[in-house]
Amino acid sequence: MRRGGSSLGLGQVVSYALMALAVAIIGLPLLWMLLGSLKTNQEIYTLPPQWLPTEWRWENFGEAWNAAPFGQFYLNSIITTLAGTGLELVNATMTAYAFAFLRFPKKEWVFVLLLAALMIPNQVTILPNYLTLSDVFGQSWINTYQGIVLPGAATAFGAFLLRQSFLGLPREVLDAAKVDGCGHLRLLWDMVIPLSRPVLVTFGLISLVAKWNDYLWPLIVTNTQQMRTLTVGLTYLFDQEGNTDWGVVMAASMFVIVPLLVIFAWAQRHIIEGIAAGATKG
Amino acid sequence: MLGRASLSAAPEIDGVRSAPQEITRRRAFWRAEWFLFLLFVAPNLLLFGIFSYWPMISNLYLSLVRWDMISPVKTFVGSANYAYLFNDNEFRMVLRNSAVFTVGAVGGSLLLGLATALLLNQKLRWRNGARAVLFAPTLLSGAAIGIVWVYIFDPRFGLLARLLGGIGISSPSWLTDPAWALPAVIIVYVWKNVGFSTVIYLAGLQAIPQDLYEAARVDGAGVLWRFRSVTLPMLSPITFFLVITALLNSFQAFDIIKVMTEGGPVDATNTLIYYVYEQGFVAYNAGRAAAAALVLFAIMFAITLFQLRYAEERVHYA
Repeated sequence: MRRGGSSLGLGQVVSYALMALAVAIIGLPLLWMLLGSLKTNQEIYTLPPQWLPTEWRWENFGEAWNAAPFGQFYLNSIITTLAGTGLELVNATMTAYAFAFLRFPKKEWVFVLLLAALMIPNQVTILPNYLTLSDVFGQSWINTYQGIVLPGAATAFGAFLLRQSFLGLPREVLDAAKVDGCGHLRLLWDMVIPLSRPVLVTFGLISLVAKWNDYLWPLIVTNTQQMRTLTVGLTYLFDQEGNTDWGVVMAASMFVIVPLLVIFAWAQRHIIEGIAAGATKG
Repeated sequence: MLGRASLSAAPEIDGVRSAPQEITRRRAFWRAEWFLFLLFVAPNLLLFGIFSYWPMISNLYLSLVRWDMISPVKTFVGSANYAYLFNDNEFRMVLRNSAVFTVGAVGGSLLLGLATALLLNQKLRWRNGARAVLFAPTLLSGAAIGIVWVYIFDPRFGLLARLLGGIGISSPSWLTDPAWALPAVIIVYVWKNVGFSTVIYLAGLQAIPQDLYEAARVDGAGVLWRFRSVTLPMLSPITFFLVITALLNSFQAFDIIKVMTEGGPVDATNTLIYYVYEQGFVAYNAGRAAAAALVLFAIMFAITLFQLRYAEERVHYA
């Protein structure tokens, strides 16, 4: 028994060490970014590279901000992310409500149409979508907000996720509301949406993260500096020939990353548990 | 009288006894609901029609022509684009890279995800904090993360050079050496995505009933045997889900590769999705880009069908 007790202690020490190692492997690159964003260029290019900056150079952030129109990039990212997330939420909610509560002949056909959309990844459609948007009734939607947002505004995943959750709502409450003469719009707005707030928040956050980080489509559908989003605009500072001013580039990378880290810190439990529940319940 | 009225209001009543206008009223009521259904699904389906279904038809057509995306003429060439791709050494390289990248990315993130989940499934202090740290990179922009890792991989001034130097190893030229570039982008992909597998596996582990372990222990099963006979089988639906999700995601990995290597050096990190982008928007070869996009689609479609086929008993849709 004593042997068992002491080996448990040893096992725990090993476990804590491994946990610290895992956290270090994931955390150190982010720490390296943060410390790099505070180093002078001279310090970055000294051998051997040091962990801590000798003087903390906050000016890197100002220089990064002025090296490219980051104010404009932020505005573009915020507009397209909010619009895209909002449209996805509306589309998902309406489609899910229709499938959960409304009668329609041949509903399963519509369902198959939605399922088919789930199987067509955005990456496969970039070329035709670029061509479609370069000529919308004689107008070009390249370099427009609607051009960035609309191809990603529909959602099959969200519709399925919300439908599943709507079907789990207490039936008696909804029926009671119907008996009271509550129409579908009232039912949706006053009952279904408030009762489904957790899953709406989870899906909204998943959508928000995807839109904010999207890179391929904004890269293709914009070509002026004015219309670039943050992820694409970031690469303006980045010289692939190897003469990169790393302090400034790391500061600029933080512009992209920090807003999501803040959201994550605030809604960490909700995001992780929402995603885990969605996957394990299948 | 009262009885008749309530009967005719019941939907099951046969049409003979109901008043004709009652049927029309009922039909109008049904129609209103059908109309509302269509109204609710229309925006979603319309957008899918324009930006998902139509592009597949358009892709099919474009894959049969030669076109530089500017000239008004598209030359019909039949299957020549496909024939070109499958006889082209560069495209073979692209397929090989995609396969290596996928196996490395999926295998790496699942194995390490399972290992870290087993670790965090123990009663350790701060384990929720550790879980949060591991998960955080999955939410971050691949473009920004890619740039950070270019600095980390710098063979002289980067973090890895610093760490390897500490144990007396000199750093390879990660991103400029064709032998190291693909492993380097796989490392970044696994680093970024391992936390997702950790979180999902952890949820799966916590859902395994404890009495299964008790029973195995009573039968004299050791730690390894309990892992093989209880943990792994109980996790198999989750492993299946993770494999499919990771496969589909890794085939779509673009931002990391674009930012870190632009498919190079000498095509060493050129994968299918990058090839589609490059042929379409750098080389302006619409036909080849469309054909390659359909190859990518065919692979992902096969994976999805496989999933639907084998997940039927677990997932209930309609």
